[in-house]
Amino acid sequence: MTDTIGFKLNDKPVRLKVDGDRPLLWVLRTDLGLTGTKYGCGEGHCGSCTVLIDQRATRSCLLKIKDVKGKEVVTIEGLVRDGKLHPLQRAFMEHDGMQCGFCTPGMILTGVSLLKFNPQPTEQQINKGLEQNFCRCGAHVRIVKAMQQAAAEMKGAR
Amino acid sequence: MKTNDFLAANFRDIHRYEDFFSSNRRDFLKRVGGGIVILVALNDVVLGQEEAARPRGGRPGLPTDFNAFLRIGEDGRVTCLTGKIEMGQGPITSLPQMLAEELDTPLDTVDIIMGDTELCPWDMGTFGSMTTRIFGPALLAAAAEAKVVLLELAADALKVPQAQLVAKDGAIFDQQNPKSRMTYGHLAKGQKIERHVQAKPALKDPAQYKIAGQSHTRRDGEAKVTGKAHYAADIRVPGMLYAKILRPPAHGAKMKSVDTAPAKEISGVQVVQDGDLVAVLHEFPDVAETALGKIKAEFDVPAATVDDKNIFDHLLSVAPEPRILKQGGDLDAGKAGAAKKFEATYLNSYVAHSPMEPHAALAQIEGDKATVWASTQNPFGARDQIAHAIGFPAEKVRVITPFVGGGFGGKTNNAEAVEAARLAKASGKPVQVMWTREEEFFYDTFRPAAVVKINSGVDAAGKMAFWDYDVYFAGDRGSQQFYTVPNHRTGSSGSGFGGPAGAHPFATGAWRAPGNNTNTFARESHIDMMAAGAGIDPLEFRLNNLSDARMIRVLKAAAEKFGWKPAKGPSKRGYGVACGVDAGSYVAAIAEVVVDAAKGAVQVKRVVCAQDMGVVINPEGATIQMEGCITMGLGYVFTEEIHFKGGQVLDTNYDTYEIPRFSWVPKIETVIVTNNETPPQGGGEPAIILMGALVANAICDATGVRLYQLPMTPDRVKAALQKA
Repeated sequence: MTDTIGFKLNDKPVRLKVDGDRPLLWVLRTDLGLTGTKYGCGEGHCGSCTVLIDQRATRSCLLKIKDVKGKEVVTIEGLVRDGKLHPLQRAFMEHDGMQCGFCTPGMILTGVSLLKFNPQPTEQQINKGLEQNFCRCGAHVRIVKAMQQAAAEMKGAR
Repeated sequence: MKTNDFLAANFRDIHRYEDFFSSNRRDFLKRVGGGIVILVALNDVVLGQEEAARPRGGRPGLPTDFNAFLRIGEDGRVTCLTGKIEMGQGPITSLPQMLAEELDTPLDTVDIIMGDTELCPWDMGTFGSMTTRIFGPALLAAAAEAKVVLLELAADALKVPQAQLVAKDGAIFDQQNPKSRMTYGHLAKGQKIERHVQAKPALKDPAQYKIAGQSHTRRDGEAKVTGKAHYAADIRVPGMLYAKILRPPAHGAKMKSVDTAPAKEISGVQVVQDGDLVAVLHEFPDVAETALGKIKAEFDVPAATVDDKNIFDHLLSVAPEPRILKQGGDLDAGKAGAAKKFEATYLNSYVAHSPMEPHAALAQIEGDKATVWASTQNPFGARDQIAHAIGFPAEKVRVITPFVGGGFGGKTNNAEAVEAARLAKASGKPVQVMWTREEEFFYDTFRPAAVVKINSGVDAAGKMAFWDYDVYFAGDRGSQQFYTVPNHRTGSSGSGFGGPAGAHPFATGAWRAPGNNTNTFARESHIDMMAAGAGIDPLEFRLNNLSDARMIRVLKAAAEKFGWKPAKGPSKRGYGVACGVDAGSYVAAIAEVVVDAAKGAVQVKRVVCAQDMGVVINPEGATIQMEGCITMGLGYVFTEEIHFKGGQVLDTNYDTYEIPRFSWVPKIETVIVTNNETPPQGGGEPAIILMGALVANAICDATGVRLYQLPMTPDRVKAALQKA
């Protein structure tokens, strides 16, 4: 069944004619060509498909496209503002917070959401906040350092 | 062009590059448009006769084809063309460092093209820690040869003797007149020079390195944090369809009947049946998935005889007589001279590779030419498999390897690339195949379940008196111990790459440091048991029984950083020691754990790891690999094992198969033990081999109870503690 679904995507309004029951992940990756959002497990375990919905980290593989109607969706492609990387993106680069990089978009968006709602997290809170995002290469210690650096730089901004 | 742009362009804008580089590699050399091209073969000239002749990956030695290309363009930019791929381990950063160093050109003038079978020279694959260790010398040789060419050209142009010239920062200078200089770009301009490396070149002394040996952050960092980095499943071409493939419920199952009609009722669905390959194609992958679910199929599933409980008995029952890998002295004499004897059997289960990126490929066939973007560790192997499967000559198949989202040895079979190519041929459309997580678990080439049996003894002075070792199905790598034992025998039964038919109910294969994880778990656990039995501190026991200076050095380095205070085990401190050799590197680690006896839960608090990997190209990159090994290794230590019943893999996703998470990660401290006397050795695998014994030894030190089976799940830890 085709629905018309409007929402804000990376700061721009979009209107799609799609079957509203289709997963947000696949609409992003195929219909909209935003391939930065990754498929990792399809069941919400790994966090590779994480996007921001109204600033909260959300797994796009479990979400139907009709559920984002009227909401604000940010994918990794939308994190750069005015040509500038988000402080967490820069921190990931400076600390080599990735190896293969496949989990990185989901990891960064989960981190952005965490810093939004808890601007000065402790190391334990960072671990807890990222616990459900899997990284197989073992970049964890670097990711934690990147989170700490970004938190210190941002001081609650953005 | 910056590396990232070059790579990106290479994926997105292939036709532009096809105009530039021809479809034939030999033509490419003619049509490359000028500049200086150096070719080098991975042969005895570069590697030495012994290394070149050593069999690898089933191949009898290395091919004599040219393995490395280096091009200096007329704009002065230098390009490294390599069949190696980037899956996170970092050659995209370290290979340009090596090249820039040997060529004396700034790092930012170097570009790298990886894993494209049309542009890059043949390569056996990215595994076995061979990129820096084996490919590195070829690249250095090419760079050294290029410099010779540049010096010749400069001598001619500047009209000064070559001996008076020196290369620096991408230019050749006259030492007596520094204003007299020519950049590499100037020198390459108007040239069409093709050189083959004929003799082992004189290379720089690593002690003089200025670009190599320095830490650099990843070159692909920006692409990866912005979502611009493309993986195989991110490639889009017009008219492409997504495939979902009908799978059997178990390995060994045969299809009895299939009814695809219900799937065809969904608008836009195309069903392909090509022999045993039944697939549903659609412009959206999720719709293809829905359609696949409507196919009705019946399978004959063979009765299950083995499962994850009885597998070890089964393996021993089908094991061939072990091959003797090494022996010396007299075992009976050793036994007679032993004051204490130790006998144990060590087990480990099947372990999945589980890269975060599932296998994926996109195949496009245009006329008589196939182009396949694949998530693979061996693009040239994929090319040949695809060519065979669709009946194309190999030169009409081009495999392009975008970023690979983790491999660990699991992306060498290329089944998904073959499937994509077959479906593209059958449907006449470009087809993407991306495995679901369930397919990823089902078709993985697991690290084999394996058994190690050790008999050993120490004399009254705490010296090892004998060592009798048999490994079953893990493979040879890491089985040969390095302690000083007068009487010893090491045997290996089956192989780590499949074993005899009927041994394993599904595919097995190389898994990061294949064989060595199992062998080092068994050996280093057993050494610890001997130390405790002899009443000697486990570090001291090792040092007492070692003569290998590199091993002694890494052990001492780890102990110093850790602040080791000797005590015989179990000391109740929860400290563990382990050491090993892999891919030419020496590695030692010390860990501290806390055991929650009631829950059987073990938390690793701290790991100190010291590694001697010879000359280090990118110290930060090498450190990251050590950290990654330690972190990834915690998975096979604590949770990772495949549950199965016959050919049915019961783990289908991360709900039952748990991989390491943030809360597991200990404080990790690494020490790179400087060794500029040894050429670069493996860096991406060695540290992971220690993790099993390191944690088992620490648990035993904390509790006095030894675990003999990996993974050491809470249930197994609790059971062992209760039994004690």
